[in-house]
This record gives sequence, C-alpha cells and structure tokens, in this order.
Amino acid sequence: MTHVLELRGITKRFPGVLANDNISITLREGKILALLGENGAGKSTLMNVLYGLYQPDEGQILVRGKEVQIHGPNDAIAQGIGMVHQHFMLVPVMTVTENVMLGVEPTKHGVFLDQEKVAKRIREISDEYGLEVDPDAYVGDLPVGIQQRVEIIKVLYRHADILILDEPTAVLTPQEVEGLFKIIHTLINAGKSIIFITHKLKEVLAVADDISVLRLGKMVGSADPKQATTESLAALMVGREVALTVEKEAAKAGEAVLVVKDLFVRDEREHLTVQGVSFEVRESETLGIAGVQGNGQTELVYALTGLLQAEAGEIHLTGESIKQATPRRILERGVAHIPEDRQRHGLILSFPIYDNMMLCTYYKEPFAKGVSLQQKAIFENAERLTEQYDVRTPNIYVHAGTLSGGNQQKVIVAREFSRPIKLLIASQPTRGLDVGSIEYIHSQIVKKRDEGAGVLLVSSELDEILALSDRIAVMYKGQIMAILDAKDATKEQLGLLMAGIHPTAEIRN
Amino acid sequence: MNHAISETNSAAKKKNRFSYGIVLIAVGLFIYLAFGLNTEAGLDAVFGLNLAGSNAALIPDLTVPALPVVYLMTLVAVFVGAYQMARGSRSTGWLVGVIAVTFIVAFLMWAAQGKSFNLTGMLSSSLVRATPIALAALCGVISERSAVINIGLEGIMLIAAQVAVLVATITKSLYLGLFAALFVGGLVAAAHAYLVIRYKVDQIVSGVAVNIFGAGMTAFVSSRFMQSSGAALNNSGTFPIISIPLLSKIPILGPVFFENNLIIYLTIILVVVMHVVLYRTPWGLRTRAVGEHPKAADTLGINVYFTRYVNVIAGGVIAGLGGAYFTLGSVGRFDEAMTAGKGFIGLAAMIFGNWNPVGAYMSSLIFGFADSLQVKLQILRIPIPSEFLLMAPYIVTMIILTGVVGRAIPPAADGQPYEK
Repeated sequence: MTHVLELRGITKRFPGVLANDNISITLREGKILALLGENGAGKSTLMNVLYGLYQPDEGQILVRGKEVQIHGPNDAIAQGIGMVHQHFMLVPVMTVTENVMLGVEPTKHGVFLDQEKVAKRIREISDEYGLEVDPDAYVGDLPVGIQQRVEIIKVLYRHADILILDEPTAVLTPQEVEGLFKIIHTLINAGKSIIFITHKLKEVLAVADDISVLRLGKMVGSADPKQATTESLAALMVGREVALTVEKEAAKAGEAVLVVKDLFVRDEREHLTVQGVSFEVRESETLGIAGVQGNGQTELVYALTGLLQAEAGEIHLTGESIKQATPRRILERGVAHIPEDRQRHGLILSFPIYDNMMLCTYYKEPFAKGVSLQQKAIFENAERLTEQYDVRTPNIYVHAGTLSGGNQQKVIVAREFSRPIKLLIASQPTRGLDVGSIEYIHSQIVKKRDEGAGVLLVSSELDEILALSDRIAVMYKGQIMAILDAKDATKEQLGLLMAGIHPTAEIRN
Repeated sequence: MNHAISETNSAAKKKNRFSYGIVLIAVGLFIYLAFGLNTEAGLDAVFGLNLAGSNAALIPDLTVPALPVVYLMTLVAVFVGAYQMARGSRSTGWLVGVIAVTFIVAFLMWAAQGKSFNLTGMLSSSLVRATPIALAALCGVISERSAVINIGLEGIMLIAAQVAVLVATITKSLYLGLFAALFVGGLVAAAHAYLVIRYKVDQIVSGVAVNIFGAGMTAFVSSRFMQSSGAALNNSGTFPIISIPLLSKIPILGPVFFENNLIIYLTIILVVVMHVVLYRTPWGLRTRAVGEHPKAADTLGINVYFTRYVNVIAGGVIAGLGGAYFTLGSVGRFDEAMTAGKGFIGLAAMIFGNWNPVGAYMSSLIFGFADSLQVKLQILRIPIPSEFLLMAPYIVTMIILTGVVGRAIPPAADGQPYEK
C-alpha cells in the first residue's frame, strides 16, 4: 500500500510552547485521515508546517515516499498539497474566477488576465466533482457553504491531490455539512487523498478511514473508525472519561420569568427578521430555540438583551416591560447573557481578564467607590472566579484575547453567573469549543436552571438543544414553527420543522 | 404579514424619494432668488469659445440671454424635483448631476451677464489645475490598493518640486530635472514603505512625519540657497506646450486636451495605464488581493511585503511627477509651500473616485474646475469677496468628503500592517 504522504517526527517549538512534539502521521492513497484533537492540541500547527507556513524544528515530510522540503505555500502547491483553511482565504469583493486564479494567473499576450480560460476550467471542475458555483459571482454575495466550494475549487485548480480540510464543518449548517460529505466522497472516488481536521466526534466516525488523535502537541493514538465509539474517541482526545450526555433531572417549572408576545424585530439592514414571535420562559426551565442559523435567532436575542430596539410586540421580564430598556437596565433586572459572538459582544479582548470579569458591574460596590475603581476588590474577584470556574490561564493579568476559545467562554460564564440572575440567555454557548469545555459549560447551564433561573438556549446544534432543553421552539424565517415538549421531540421531527415543514405531530404550546 | 413588510419597505423608499425631490425644488428656488432676481433683463452673457494663442479653428462665441437661461434652469430643477416627488426613482448620481448642472449654469449666467467669459479657457485651465491633484490621487490609489496609506504625498510632492527645479537649473536640462523628481519621489516613498512595512510604524504617523520633513526641508533649502542665489539655482524654465497635429485643430476640444505640456499628457496616459494594470493584469489582481485580504494572498504564495513595497514606491514616483508639475510644468521656479494642500485634495479625490484611477481622475477634474472657476470669477469682478472665491476648492473638498465618504468603500485591509 502506498503512503501518499508521511510526516515523520515533526517537532515545532514556539517561545515557551512545544506545539508539536515528535508527531508522525501517514495518509494512505485515496483515503480520508481524520486528525482529531481539542483546540490547542497542535492540529493547525502541524498542518501549517505541512503547508509551508511554518518551518519544523525537526522531522521529515515525505510525499509519495520521497523526502521534500516545503519552505512556503508555493512548495506545498508544487507537491500537490492544497489546503482549505478554516477561515476562508477568499477576497469577498472579487469574483469566484478572480479568487481561483489569484497567484497562478494565465495571461493573454503574456500581459493581460485570461478570465475566460479560468472560468471555463472552473466549470469543468464544477461538473467533474459536483461543486456547483457561478464563476462570475462575487464571493461576498455567496453563502458560507458555497464559499467553501470555491475554496475547494481553488485547491483543485492547482492540481492538488492531497487536500487538507481544516475544521471544514465549523461554519456550516447541518444541511451544508451533508453536502460537504458528498463532495468529499466524490473527491475520494476521483483518487484524491484527504486530511480532515476536526474536533467533532460524530463527523470523524461518519467519514474517516483512519483516525489520528492529538493531545497537547503529542500523538496520543490512532483508532479504527469501525471499532471506535464517540466515547472512546472523546476519552482519547481529552485524556479522561468525558460525559457526552448531560445528566439532568426533570424541570420543576415555576412562574414565567420572560414573556414575549408578537415580537417583530428589524435588523441593521432594515430587514424584518423576527416576525411575530411569542413564547415564555419559566423559572427552573430551559427553553431551547432550534433552527438553522440566520432565521432570526440573532435578532431575537439582540432585542431581548436591549442591543436592538424591537419594532413591535411586548417583552416582559418578571412582569416589567423591557422593550424600551437599555442593556444595563436589563442586566440589572437579573438577566445574564452569553452572546453568540463572544469576541465581539462578550469580551474586550485587549483588556486583562480581571477587567473582563467585572464588566457588568464595574460601576457598583465593591468594584467602584465613587469615581475610583477598587483594584484590590477587582483582583480578588478575578482570582476567585478563575479558580471557581476553572479558567486555564497563566494569571489574571493576561489579555482575554490570548486565551483559547473555551477559556474565553469560561470567563464570560464566570462573570455572568457570579451575579444573582433570574434569566439566562445563552446564544450558541458552545460553538467552536472543544469537548471538555462543552461538557463544562453544559453542566453549568443545567446547574443554573436547577437553582431556579429560567434559561433561554439558542443553538443551531440539534444535539445541544435536545440535551439541555425542557421545551423546544423551532424558528424558521423569523417565526416560531412550533413549541414541543423535549420528551416527545425527535431529531427527524425537529429537522423537518427547521426546514419549514410541519410534520403531522401533535403540537403543544 | 408579507403585505405589511412590503408596505413598510416602500414607505422608506418613498421618504427617500421625497427628500430628493424637496432638495431639487429648493435648489430651483435658490437659483431663482439668488440669480434670477439679481440678473438684469435684456443683458446677454457672452461665452468665449476660442483660446488666444491656440491653433484651433476659430468658431463664433456663444451669446445667450442671461435671464431667460436662469429661469430655464429654475424650471428644470423644480420640474425634475416635482417629478421625483411624484413618481421618480432615479439614481442618486443622476439627481446630484441635475443639481450641479442647473446650479453652475445659472451661476455662470449671473456672473457673466453683460460681460464676456472665456469658457474654453476655463475648461482648459480646469484640466491644467486638476493635474497635480490627479497625480496625488493616483499615488494614493496605487499605494492604498496594496493597503498602505500614504498621507505623506504632500511632502513628497514638495521635495520633488524643489529637487526638480534645482537639478533642471543646474544641469540646464528639464528632462534630468524630471527624472530627479521621479527618483526622489520614489526614494521618500521607499523610506515611508520601509518604516510602515518593515517596522510597522503607524502609517498616519509616518506620513505626517514625511509631510513635516518635506515642508521643513524645502523651506530651509529655499531660504538658505535659492532665494539668495537669484536665478542661478531657481530658474529652470518649463516644459513647452506640445500641440498634437490635427487633433489640436478641433474647436474647444483641441485647446483643452491637445495643447498641453508633457506632464499633463503623461497624467492622462498614466490614468489609462493604471486602470489596465490594476484590473487587467496579474500584478493588479495581486495588488488588489493584498489590499483586501493579505492573508489570502500569502497562502497562495504571493509575497505581501514585496507587493506593498513596489506599489508604494511606484506611488512615490507618481507623486514625484506631481511635484515636478508644480515647477517644471507650471512656473519654472520653486516657492515655499507651493503645493498648497493639493496633496490632501488629491487624497479626497482618491476617496471620491472610490480608489480607482479613472474615478480619481474624474474627481480631480471637479476640484480643478472649482479652482479655475474661482480664478476666472475674480477676473470678472463679481460681487463676492475674492477671499471666499479662494476657498472654493477647499469647500468643494469638504462637501464631497462629508457627503460621499460614508458610501465609498476603501480596500478592506487599508492601513493595517500585515503580520504573518
């Protein structure tokens, strides 16, 4: 059996960090190798070494049995290695054609760009691999799933036969993930070999032929997808047994905390994205809002937290209308918010952790006395919370931006949960986090519910919704399709509702 | 439900449509009140269409009755406004065009009533006065397309202007002076590029430093050596007017476009070449990619730093040409601070032209027009103080920047240093 690609003993050091420690992996021809690991395990570093963006301190790279030196992306491309980056490397204001040919532009008369030739080649690639895309469309106008196709076409246009897909499903909706898997199979059938980087266990079992697991910069094992289970992979990845299901008791729902009636919200581009939504969240109860991203969930949460003024309708928090209220007023009434975009709305990345830990209440005792901040109280608060919420950080003085995604989220959770709250609004609370952090955040959310807070959970991950919710509302095109009891809800039923189809099931409200 | 949405959307459009209509009618009324009431009936305005010393074929002057034309402009503005309010949904550009044309025509009628006004002369001088602005704008376009802001182009132009006149006077060769200006322009830009690309110095700070250095250095050299030496160091002469055979015979167009000096022709050629390079060649594609998403360009094996160096230095050479215009292309001598903010106006023209060479040139023509109108109006002795007229190009700059900047979209990575 030929090994199309082999990495032997790759070691890469950064100041103070051993990012890759003597890692060896092999990729078999025409197969999919899944590279599994938590955030910060060294997967991306390893792939950047392979793609020539970093130079390894030790180790060899062998392509088809021959040792090669890769000093930059150009060398990698010449060896037939192509990379689809997690954050797409596309220029939004350029067309698909321009993006694809960038760097390897064919010319007419040796001077002028030959767009027609490239467009023709793109259509050929589209037909061959089922990657439908309009070469003349501007990339910025395309949905994320299609942008990813453009990235794949870019790689194929450069005649790559080894494809690295870096966290390709992180930004996709469930439907788009299905589409991507189909594309991957077409590519394999056409003789390409693929390295699939992810931390999502189910995807690994669904597509991989081989699995290599990294932890803290080291290879910790390989697994055969036919025998491995999500539990065994999770244990390998995290280094201990992980509970993938959330233990929780039945809700003892009390009085309504949040009542929303006929809410209409317009987004920044003046589109009416929430259209007549009504629901209530009760004490000690979790209401999950399921739905494909972009169906009005974001704007709904903005309206509830005062970030966006609702167009019409009513919002009552423990009996008081908060439709006109400012974010501070809403926070002071006992609402905690885990925002969807944690880096934009949840933290000030360039502030140290101790300041981020008191952003909601900085103007109150004990953090402020009169006009002056009380450094001592602020430091004590931060020390206590990092300890209590298990934030992994060298100290409380580093900038929030230097933390990993999971630890950033823990800082937000620590800040929001350390106040007395009546309602928790958690929007995509575990997006992009590793298994260990997901487990932790989930257990904290359940704990808050058990303490008596109402929880509004917005997530596009069906598994998460099903694991945490007591009742589930499905949003589609700005409206709530149905509100189901979580005990009765099935994945199929929810999937149909998310696509806007009413299954003939009993609908409770 | 859907009905309600479309209703609210169309309400927003209606409001927009309404406000443009009101503005147009207001302009119409202003034209009537300001110019209509102050223009005497029966007076003619004479617009000269021939330029003295030009070899274009002679054509008769344009004589129009001033007051009726002012009234006509009033009616046009009010009618278009009323139509807009009633049912129009024209593009913003079209409506702004109507406002500008009716206003300017009415203004000229009022200013030139009972007098003679050389229209061809004004258009010709618009083009001439637009040239340094356009060169500054082109310098801005090329470096900002690769995401390096060069606010120092005012300083670069000053230094190049002085070097051009010094070298040309000493060597008695205008061409050597021109090359020296291009070289120095590229050199100063290279220093700016080195600071902001290699050391990631803030681009605005470095640009301001270049401006201060340029102003101080040239003032020092000028007062220490050039003033005292009289003509020995500061008398280069200027590039002669080159008449293009045949084309320069065309009335109006001939004198405006085909009887100019070398630098003005070079500017027009440069606009075309830059447009082709930027949008039709691999280099242009790479430059734009580096300006929009340098990381993407880097992952495709494009050298981001090299691309930026080349573009910033090329921009400096263009600004050097702009500097040479002030001396070799215009007056043949150097005066302190003679660029008079043209570099900054050029940056405004770049923004108004949406970071594209043709757009930048067109907006430079608007500034050139404002500048030359101001000069001609002083000659006509209209009852507006000359100090106000002198402000015209700068006021136009401010109006354009406040009104347009919100909508212009700079390259996405503009001004940000690139970290691998």
